[in-house]
Amino acid sequence: MRVGVKLLLVAAAVTAVGVIIGFYVSNLTTLAGSPAYDVPVSMHNGHPVVDLEFQTVAAVGSKLSQNPDWVSYLIRTTGGEWKRETVWDLPANATVHVTWFNFDGASGLRNPYLARPQGMVGNRILVYGKPVTRIDPNLASHTFAVPALGIIAAVPGVPDDAKHPCGFAPCSPGKNSHVTVKFTFHTPKTPGHYRWQCFVPCAAGWIFGFGGPMQTIGYMDGFLNVKA
Amino acid sequence: MAANPDAAQAPPSDSTNHGVRVVAAWLVLSAIATPLVAIYVGPLIPPGNGSVQAQGQTFSNQVMASFVTPVLCLMAVFFAYGLIKFHTRRNEAVLDGPPLRNDSRVQLLWIVITTTMVLFLAGFGTYELLKDGAGGGQGPNPIALPAHHQTAYPVQVIAQQWQFTYRYPSLGGMESNQLVLPADRLVVLHVTSLDAVHSFWAYQLGVKADANPGVDNVAYVTTKGPMVFNVRCAELCGLWHPYMFNNGTVVPQAQFNRWAAHAVALYASIKPYVNRPTDKGGAPFAYSYLPEPTRRAG
Repeated sequence: MRVGVKLLLVAAAVTAVGVIIGFYVSNLTTLAGSPAYDVPVSMHNGHPVVDLEFQTVAAVGSKLSQNPDWVSYLIRTTGGEWKRETVWDLPANATVHVTWFNFDGASGLRNPYLARPQGMVGNRILVYGKPVTRIDPNLASHTFAVPALGIIAAVPGVPDDAKHPCGFAPCSPGKNSHVTVKFTFHTPKTPGHYRWQCFVPCAAGWIFGFGGPMQTIGYMDGFLNVKA
Repeated sequence: MAANPDAAQAPPSDSTNHGVRVVAAWLVLSAIATPLVAIYVGPLIPPGNGSVQAQGQTFSNQVMASFVTPVLCLMAVFFAYGLIKFHTRRNEAVLDGPPLRNDSRVQLLWIVITTTMVLFLAGFGTYELLKDGAGGGQGPNPIALPAHHQTAYPVQVIAQQWQFTYRYPSLGGMESNQLVLPADRLVVLHVTSLDAVHSFWAYQLGVKADANPGVDNVAYVTTKGPMVFNVRCAELCGLWHPYMFNNGTVVPQAQFNRWAAHAVALYASIKPYVNRPTDKGGAPFAYSYLPEPTRRAG
């Protein structure tokens, strides 16, 4: 075989391997470990509107995970079912109304600055229907933060002496003690993958509270897949 | 008399002075390439002219690129000359070359030239580094202090998994997720972390400093005109490390003052909580922090 042909074959093989690795890494960084949930969209005067309901739980339970004692986010589907999926497909330039049920206790924020709601409409959240521009960082249980969009919302924890604490998910807003937070934000006009995360060191049993579910997509981290 | 069978295999005598040819070609190529690299390629080497320190780094890269060009030229000429002159042609018998002999003059010249170059570059690099710190993190007790460092504008960089925030001690410890710096000003950056090891890399400013919990890593930078620069974490720090980036801006002093007033007003609502003692969940301004609270951590 001529040297030129050999070189060409080697170059082709290297290129093919590179492309395969590129696809693998690309897929890994956008959808790792969690299928994307296509959030239902309604149209109001030609403008896309999304109602997003999720809950945060101290222990996800064996029905939803092989790691039953991991803290997690769950999203409510249109059928009313709670699913452990944290990669959400959303339309671009949409209004997203969030209802957040938190069933977990307080862990406290490492950076108190993140207890100030930012990036949502009015830079405030509704806690039990009451507008709030700050929460006590020491009582924060979790945050929903999309750093690239400047969105940070922290939720207070359920008091330790609550009457009906939820042991394992899925928890019921009608039965278990919880904190309800509501806020509204707009998705960007530019499509893209916007990661979101919790900033509270809430992973029990992990070093500095930031291992396990804090480092795994599908629990306390995810993506907003904003699509045109 | 029988013919010597090895005589037919002996290489033909070659009186060409290959060494002179190689040196001549090398000198010509170096004389052309070195000024071109120094003048045209050097200024294009990052990080650019975003700050005085970045400009210094670009100059250092320019000098080093100029020095390395003749070395690369020598390698290229030697390689090319060898390929052209000494390769075996098709259907030609493979013959052994002439034996290599020690030449103490060449050895001495090689040692002198390479040692001089390495020592000069080490001295040059040390001088550039000590002049003003070159934008690098120097730990809590910096020794490479730029002129008038006492008047530097302080900004604290706080890394955490996975976002940078910034505190301005001269604005009452105000914290923001935006890094805004005044133009034409010496700034002292106090880089620290709330949890894991991160690294603050303001690329176009030529600043890079590790962010460690419990450590105040000091870096100096002198801004120039208004610009937007990239901030990235340069230390693998967990799941969202690749997403740990944002943009910073350098703005004129008047614009900085307007931004600062707005940011201080926004910060006012959370300030009372932040200023509480650490055991009450606060984090009053300090030059370093520890990974607290660890209530649920292992």
